[in-house]
Order: sequence, then C-alpha cells, then structure tokens
Amino acid sequence: MTAPLLQVDDLHVRFPISGGGLFGTGRRMLHAVNGISFDLAKGECLSIVGESGCGKSTTALSILGLQEPTEGTIRYRGQPLAGPGAPGRMQRAKAVQMVFQDPYASLNPRQCVRTSLAAPLKLHGITAASEIEGRIEAMLKNVGLTPEQARRYPHEFSGGQRQRIGIARALILEPEIVVLDEPVSALDVSIRAQIINLLLDLQEKLGLSYIMISHDLSVVEHMSDRVLVMFFGEVVEEGGWRQIFETPTHPYTRRLIAAIPDPDAALNPVAAAFAPDATLPDGRRFVSDGSAAPDVFKPPVPSALVEIAPGHRVRLASTA
Amino acid sequence: MRFGFNFWLGASLTALVILAGVLAPWIAPFDPVLDADLMSSELPPDATFWFGTDGQGRDVYTRILYGAQISLTVGIVSQVINSVIGVTLGMTAGYWGGWWDDLVNGLTNVMLAIPSLIFALAVMAVLGPGLPSLLVALGLTNWSWTCRIARSSTLSLKSQGYVQAAQTLGYGDLRIMFTQILPNMMGPILVMATLGMGSAVLSEAALSFLGLGIQPPFPSWGSMLTDARQLIQLAPWVAIFPGLAIFLSVLGFNLLGDGLRDSLDPHMRTRKP
Amino acid sequence: MTAPLLDIRNLRLGVALGRSVHHPLLKDVTFQIMPGEAYGLVGESGSGKSITSLAVMGLLKKPLAVTSGEILFKGQNLLSRPKREMRRLRGNRIAMIFQEPMTALNPLSTVGRQIAEMFVLHQGRSWGEAERLAVEALGNVRVPNPDRRAKNYPHQMSGGLRQRVMIAMALACNPDLLIADEPTTALDVTVQAEVLRLIKELCAARGTAVLFISHDLGVIASICQRVGVMYAGCLVEENETRALFENPRHAYTRGLLGALPRLGSRSAHGRQRLVDIDSIIADRSTLTETRFIAPRGPEGGQP
Repeated sequence: MTAPLLQVDDLHVRFPISGGGLFGTGRRMLHAVNGISFDLAKGECLSIVGESGCGKSTTALSILGLQEPTEGTIRYRGQPLAGPGAPGRMQRAKAVQMVFQDPYASLNPRQCVRTSLAAPLKLHGITAASEIEGRIEAMLKNVGLTPEQARRYPHEFSGGQRQRIGIARALILEPEIVVLDEPVSALDVSIRAQIINLLLDLQEKLGLSYIMISHDLSVVEHMSDRVLVMFFGEVVEEGGWRQIFETPTHPYTRRLIAAIPDPDAALNPVAAAFAPDATLPDGRRFVSDGSAAPDVFKPPVPSALVEIAPGHRVRLASTA
Repeated sequence: MRFGFNFWLGASLTALVILAGVLAPWIAPFDPVLDADLMSSELPPDATFWFGTDGQGRDVYTRILYGAQISLTVGIVSQVINSVIGVTLGMTAGYWGGWWDDLVNGLTNVMLAIPSLIFALAVMAVLGPGLPSLLVALGLTNWSWTCRIARSSTLSLKSQGYVQAAQTLGYGDLRIMFTQILPNMMGPILVMATLGMGSAVLSEAALSFLGLGIQPPFPSWGSMLTDARQLIQLAPWVAIFPGLAIFLSVLGFNLLGDGLRDSLDPHMRTRKP
Repeated sequence: MTAPLLDIRNLRLGVALGRSVHHPLLKDVTFQIMPGEAYGLVGESGSGKSITSLAVMGLLKKPLAVTSGEILFKGQNLLSRPKREMRRLRGNRIAMIFQEPMTALNPLSTVGRQIAEMFVLHQGRSWGEAERLAVEALGNVRVPNPDRRAKNYPHQMSGGLRQRVMIAMALACNPDLLIADEPTTALDVTVQAEVLRLIKELCAARGTAVLFISHDLGVIASICQRVGVMYAGCLVEENETRALFENPRHAYTRGLLGALPRLGSRSAHGRQRLVDIDSIIADRSTLTETRFIAPRGPEGGQP
C-alpha cells in the first residue's frame, strides 16, 4: 500500500484568549481544533465542511504552515510538514498552495499579473527569462487567460478572472496539494460554474490533490471524493461523498444537508427529509445533536469516531 | 485618480517654494549675506528692494528666496528620516507582533507624551546649533504618528489574502513587508510626510527664532524673524515677508497633504467590476 | 383581481450629472406585488436588484436618480410624495432588512430600546408600553429569553440573533411590505434556514407582502411565490416560482440554473459538467432584448 500524500494525525490548535482580569488572570484556552486526523491520497478531493467557527479554516492554515499546531503531526510524503523538523517556507511552498475565497483581497493591487506569477518563480531559483515567460504563458493558458493579459493589474479584471489569476498563482510552483478556501462562494452565480469546471479540469490534467474548505454543500457534493464534517473543532462524520450525501448519519450532518437552500429541495420538500436523530438504530448515542454550541473553552467531551460502514465514520459518545 | 481644488492650490504653493529655493542663485538680485550695506538699511519696499531691506541693509526678497532652500531641506530631510524610522518600526511591530510590538508601542507612546518641540530643543541643546543637528532633531522627534499609521495599516494588510499567499509561496518576512505591505500603505505614509513637512518648517522657524537653529548670517525664515524683532515697529516689512513665506509654505504643504489624502482614500477610488 | 400592493411601472434610473442622465442602471423595470405575496428578485451583482429596492424605499443617494416611471404603493405614486411623508411610510408601512444587521443596528443602544423606538416613533406609544411590546416582538421572532435579550447590545449577539432583531424591528408596526435585501447571505447555512423559515412564517401569518432580493436561487425558491430574474438593469423573465425553475424560458435564466451545482445531481457514474453560461449565451449584449413575463394566474398571486 502506498503511503498517503498528506497525513494529518491528531491535530490540535488552541488559542490563548485573555478573558479579562487585571493581569490576564482570566486567560482561557480556546479549543479551535480538537484532534483532527485524516489522510489525503494523490489526485483526491477531500472537502472539509462546517459552519463558521468549526475550525475548518484553522485546520487549513495549519497545513499551509500559517498556523502552528499545538499538538499533532502533519506529514507530507512521510516527512513532517509542521512542528519540529518541519521544512522552511521554501520547501513547503512546493508541496502545498492555496486558492483564496475573496478574489478582490487575494491579489496585490500594485502588482501586475506577470509580476505576481514571476516573483515566486524567481524566489525558487528559476531565473532564465525564457523559462519564466514560458511557464507564465502556459499557466495563463491553463486557467483560461491569454498571455496578453499578463501585463494588466488586478483591478482591470472581473471577479471570475481574478479567481483564475489566484489559481494560476497557486499552481505556478507546481504543488501537489492545493487548499481551496471557499473557492467560489464570493463569485457571482454564473461565474461559479466556470471556476468549478476549471478546478475539476486542472485536477485531472495536473493530477492535483485538493483540500476544499466549504460551507456550500452543493459545491461539495459536486466536487469531492471524500468529505469531513466538522462541528466545533471535531470531525463528527467522515466518508465518501455518496455516504455523506445519501446516508448522512450524524444529526449535525443531517441538519446541514436539510438546510441547503436548493431549489429542488425547496420545491419538493420530500428531498429534505433527513430528520436529525439522537441515536443510531442500535442505540449508540451521539455526543451532540449539532443544534447547540458546546463550550469552546473546555476540553471536548470524550468521544470516538466509530466506523459504521467501510470508510464511513461517525462520532459517538465513548461507552467508557 | 482625481485631485480636488485643495490639492492643486497646495501643489502650486509648494511648487512656488521649490522654484524659489532651486532658482535662488539665479533669480535673486543680491547676495543674501555679503550684500550688507548699513547705509541702505531698513529701506521700505521699492523698485530695487522689492521686500525692503533689513537692519544690516540686506535685501529681504533675496534672503527669502535663499531661506526657501533651508525650509525645503529641513522639511524634506526631516520627513524622510521620520518616515523611515516610523515605517520601519511600525511595519515590523505590526507584522511580527509580540514583545517587539509591545516595545515599539511603548516607545511610541512615550514619544507622543513629550511635546516634540521640547524634545527637539533638548536634542539641539546636546548637538549644538546648526543645520545638520536641526535635521537630526526634527527627524528624530516626529515619527510616532507615522509609526502608528504604519502599524495599523500593516495589521489590516497582514490579513489580506495576497499577504497570506506570499507566505505560502515561500516569501521571507522582510520580502513580504517590502513587496506586499509597504507599496500598499504608501498612500497614508505619503500624506503623513507631506503634512509633517509643514510642521517641520514651523519647528525650524521656531527653533531658529529661539536661536538654536540656523545661525546668522545665513538666512532662514525663522532666524529672519528673530532679527526682525527689534525692528518690528520701525520696519514691519522685515517681519511681515518671512512670516508670510512661512505661512504660505506651511499652508501649501498642508493643502497638498489633505488633497493627497482625499484622492488616495480608497473610498474615492473606483473599483471596476 | 385584487389591486396590487406595489406596482412598479417602467422604472428607469440612472446616474444624474447636472441635467443629463448617464449610464442607465434600470431600464423599464415593471412588476407588481400583490398584498401578502412573496416576490423574489434574483440577479447577480450589478443587475440592479438592490437599487430597485432602494428606489422603493426612497433611499436613493445622489447621483442616482429615477428618470421616469412610477412606483405605486397602494395606488399612490411614491416618487411624487414629499420627503416627510416617505419618512413616515418607511419603517411603518414599508420596512426593510439588510444583509449585515450590524450596520443597521445602533451599537450604543440596547436592542430592546431600538425595537421599542419603532413603537414610540410610528405608533405614538409611551416608552414603558413600547418596551413591553419590544420584548413581545423578540419573543415573536423566537429569540430565546426575550426579557434578558432585550437588554443586550447588538455586539453581544450572534449574526443570526441580530438578524432576528432586525426582523422584529421591521415587523414591529405590521408593515404591508417587507423588503429583504440578501438578509441571510452573511449567515451560516443552518442559521440561514431558520431565519428564512421565520420570515416566511411571520409574513404569511400577518399577511405581509415580501420583496425578497437575493443572488441565491435556492433561497428565492424556498420563500417566494413569484420570481423576477434581473440582468443588466432589466427584468428579463418573470414567472411563478415552480414554473420558472421547471421551465426557464430566457437564455440567461437557463444559464443561471445550469450553472448551479444541484444536490443529488451527481450519480455514482460521474458528475454532469456544469453549464458554462458563456457557452449558451454567445452575446451577452443581446440578452436584454428578449423578455419573458408570464401572466399572473387567475388567483392573482395570492399564496
């Protein structure tokens, strides 16, 4: 069996929050991510879904090296990517890149497209002008832009085109893993399809692995191979996309799916018939039904991910 | 980008001061120091001496033209020093945070608590009078606001996607600061520097007036006012014209700064869809 | 057929500079909302859906100005009404909720007091009575512990709760028309679902008509009986919600619907490629030349 491309093992991220008190005596720990583990295979699209504050973005930032994990390991091809023994920014840059949500804030307004694509190449030791030009031209073509547009500045592009530039910048160093942070949620509806199609085409063409952070389950269903559902720092359910969307089991997953504003579901209410259940048919209990927020300042209630079908795991209360 | 009336008025006044200073050797009718003639002292303005003459019979118009050189040098050099100190401290503090941020913040607050003219006086007292020490004194005393603005701009720019993208692309911290953050906060920094030039010109005048700045017989607008003190009843033009020069140039710098701020304001800029 | 509550006729709107009008932003927009009906305006950014609502509220800021057309509310043209009268109408007969409730709420005043202000201002009640009504109104929008919550400041509440407060304020005086401009876009999906259900149920119970503006076809479908699709300042298609989704007639509507990943559209055999709107619309500039406005059914749009 080949080793997975990326291995995240028992990742914890905690933030100290000064909770008042004159000398910071009320300092509390915010448990943002509580023991996340997952593998990412080559060429796979893994989606992490959940609502704001569930820790999905913190997880992504940890993988990108922008947020130091408090505990746990992240390995890329067996080598640590974060924590002790981790490589510097330069090596990590060739492994993982990111596409940002807001195409307006993610491009430097004072750099033309060419500069923002050429600078990382130069930084990574590619200095021959012909090679830089060649790679930029090929990349622009890959994302559906023309080489003539390279001299333009971000404000001369539409939101969809900016997102294409953002994708080009993420791919210019030829990383194997791309983190997609809500890649289409800031775009106009008619543009979303173009970007989704582009991402799927590029994945196939370049053999990319995606980690997609999203709250939009229709997009997740369309793009993912596997899905992790996060709720307040923990994975409550994980499985293949069909397992998650056809047999959602955890009450929170069911609530999420039922809440999608999908025209078909709205017009045919039968489709939204996933009523949250407090227990599994065999009587095992869930820790939370996903309707109330747990206290994020306390360590989580002990629980475990239990396999209910091959590859389909759900968080249940520990029987101990 | 569109500039308003204020900007153009300020730019014209500033250009006038710059022209006066740069062209002084060619357009000034006399020598500012050597052409002293006690026989023709305290003459009111006429066709030969446009702004009259001072107590030593030197042409006030000539001395004002040369004084513009001093004022401009002081304004520009002190603001360059201020901006470099302020931006370096503010940007690194905002970007790195932690103990360095606390230290810079503390330093900034201390600087803000001391009246800058008093602090400049102290520096001048240590370094002795003269143009170089004047530049150092004014350059070291007014960076706190620039520092604050640089720090807060950095804090907001740091969370922008393109700064995070630069981090993931492997850029080092200094490279990120200079290629991603600094160019995007040049607007407010430039405005601060332009506004600061006005106050630097005023401070130079004040320090020279107190006898700590430019030493006689070299002409600076402040030292000209000092000289005019005894003559103000007899020959008011000796005080009026340097005073007017200070007023107009400070007004010019301030209007220019205001105009720049208005036109660099992101809300005034159009963003194409 | 009953008379429409809101009747917008040939509304044109543009940027007025001096005497001339440049850059038309709305071109002959015409639609009606019946009493108690929920009408959705769907479109992308810049389609003109939000300025339509601002025009109805009389909140257009210079240099935007209505150049021709009529906005009839209960038969009276709002455009020719004096400002003072419009102010009385706003909040009282026509209320509005926005995308970001934080910007619409006063951060220095408790939410209870802000709701109570509506009763004092528009119904001339005493403060004591108004504050009691405010707690009641919070209970109506299903805010838990309304007594305690009324004493909270906006920043002490979550986005979902703040939007509920906005709804309570908007519905305080039982308006005839509620304008909701992307009210759930900033919210999480599960919270969005609750807020949508709340708007739907409260308005149905009180007979309040809704003009619901959104870019999200799913949200529109779940709340509106009739939908207008806007593109580049034109209403390009209008129909009953179900008919519009099942049988879109305008190329742009078809493009929008095809561009949307739909739940359950992917099967084990693979995914359908999403429709690239540019592949079915060769020339966007001709899009506004055709319009499909379906006539209302005999029931007059009543739910």
